[in-house]
Amino acid sequence: MTRRQRERAVRAAQYLVLLAAVGVFAALADWGRINDAFFDVDVIRELWPEIITVALKNTVLYTLCAFAFGLVLGLVIALMRLSPVAAYRALATVYIEFFRGVPALLVLIGFGYGIPIALNTELPGGVLGTITIALGLVAAAYMAETFRAGIQAVPKGQMEAARSLGMSHTWAMVSIIVPQAFRIILPPLTNELVLLTKDSSLVYLLGVTLPTRELAKFGRDSLNQYVSMTPILIAGLAYLIITVPLGYVVRRLEAQQAKAR
Amino acid sequence: MIEIRELHKSFGDLEVLKGIDFRVAEGEVVCVIGPSGSGKSTLLRCINLLETPTAGEVVIGEDVVTDPDVDIDAIRRRIGMVFQQFNLFPHLTVTENLTIAQRRVLGRAKAEAERVAAQNLERVGLSDKADAYPAQLSGGQQQRAAIARALAMGPELMLFDEPTSSLDPEIVGDVLAVMRGLAQDGMTMIVVTHEMSFAREVADRVVFMDDGVILEEGAAEQVIGSPGHDRTRRFLARVLDPAAAELD
Repeated sequence: MTRRQRERAVRAAQYLVLLAAVGVFAALADWGRINDAFFDVDVIRELWPEIITVALKNTVLYTLCAFAFGLVLGLVIALMRLSPVAAYRALATVYIEFFRGVPALLVLIGFGYGIPIALNTELPGGVLGTITIALGLVAAAYMAETFRAGIQAVPKGQMEAARSLGMSHTWAMVSIIVPQAFRIILPPLTNELVLLTKDSSLVYLLGVTLPTRELAKFGRDSLNQYVSMTPILIAGLAYLIITVPLGYVVRRLEAQQAKAR
Repeated sequence: MIEIRELHKSFGDLEVLKGIDFRVAEGEVVCVIGPSGSGKSTLLRCINLLETPTAGEVVIGEDVVTDPDVDIDAIRRRIGMVFQQFNLFPHLTVTENLTIAQRRVLGRAKAEAERVAAQNLERVGLSDKADAYPAQLSGGQQQRAAIARALAMGPELMLFDEPTSSLDPEIVGDVLAVMRGLAQDGMTMIVVTHEMSFAREVADRVVFMDDGVILEEGAAEQVIGSPGHDRTRRFLARVLDPAAAELD
């Protein structure tokens, strides 16, 4: 056998093994039961339309609010981290270490229950306000580090060119450095958004009501109500409705910006 | 128009400028030559305070640049700088590169800034590239765009930091032609360069720097044609005929 023939034989064998494994699984599985548990059409009909109009809408709403808050705060923290003022740098470092090291779940409980007890007042905006602040604070810590890396990845000559044209440090940052940093960090920023989308399911800790339920809570409630796994599967698919197009949009953005690099 | 007195600059323990005294009159074109590490670029960067001098004074017109109370942004507006690496803003089109500082720093309206940008792009022969991004331009075109960007601010003085050193030899001429045009229009220019024929042809005065001091200065013919110093001679021999140069 020549080397090429040998390679072909090995590849064919690999495909055969995969086919055999799939075949064995398909033959052994009890399709009737699986179908009843995961694809119960009656249950799907019951979930409609609340899964979209309430659950999906709330997931997107919680995520976007927390992301927007985290993005702005993260940029501020990153600029503090790079500031010539030592006190700002120290403050930013402490912030990042704290909120990056503590589980989001604890932060959410702290803001949901700790603050109302300690200050005898609720955070504004109810469930939405609390999750925006708590998850946004955590996301800001991650995004601050991402921003810092992105800002430092912009060549030094860019700042020098901007300053030599008479721009102030702040203007140069805002109009020259940060826009270029954004492009560099678009992929890790997308990751953060996807992670937040899933972390928004932690909102159940705050004790949500029917109109404030999001996808994960909605799925679990329906699981108890209909004694079927179908809502869990559908809720899972609904997350993909958010994240898969997001990935597509970001890839398009990156391709578009490639020419301006 | 520029006067530099007893300028010193150190980076840590390394003293790069060891007392520079140097004047440039209005409309004068001065080429600064010398080996790598002699402090030429640092001198240039001290003039618009991209580097902060350790000691000494830089005076431009009436303004003491090195005075800590001076509004450095206001002074930089009057000084155009061209870098070896072009440093165009890659996320902006060529026109936007030329208008952003006009609008943000000089407060010009969009239409006015674009009119000035178009004028200066024509001056450097890049009118057809107005809407391109820097990455779509060749090195020589990028450098000409960078010159136009500096000119759009209407500077009194232009600093060139080895503007042709990262260009392919066959396109160096385009950039030099633009600079020659500027010199003929009476622009005050300080050019750090290794282009001896350009220095000979365009410079009113040539300054030879070595090891942080000005070793020799004078008319181009004199410094390049018949240098008084041994080190100047050795440097010129190496630059003008690299293949024949001997090792020290």
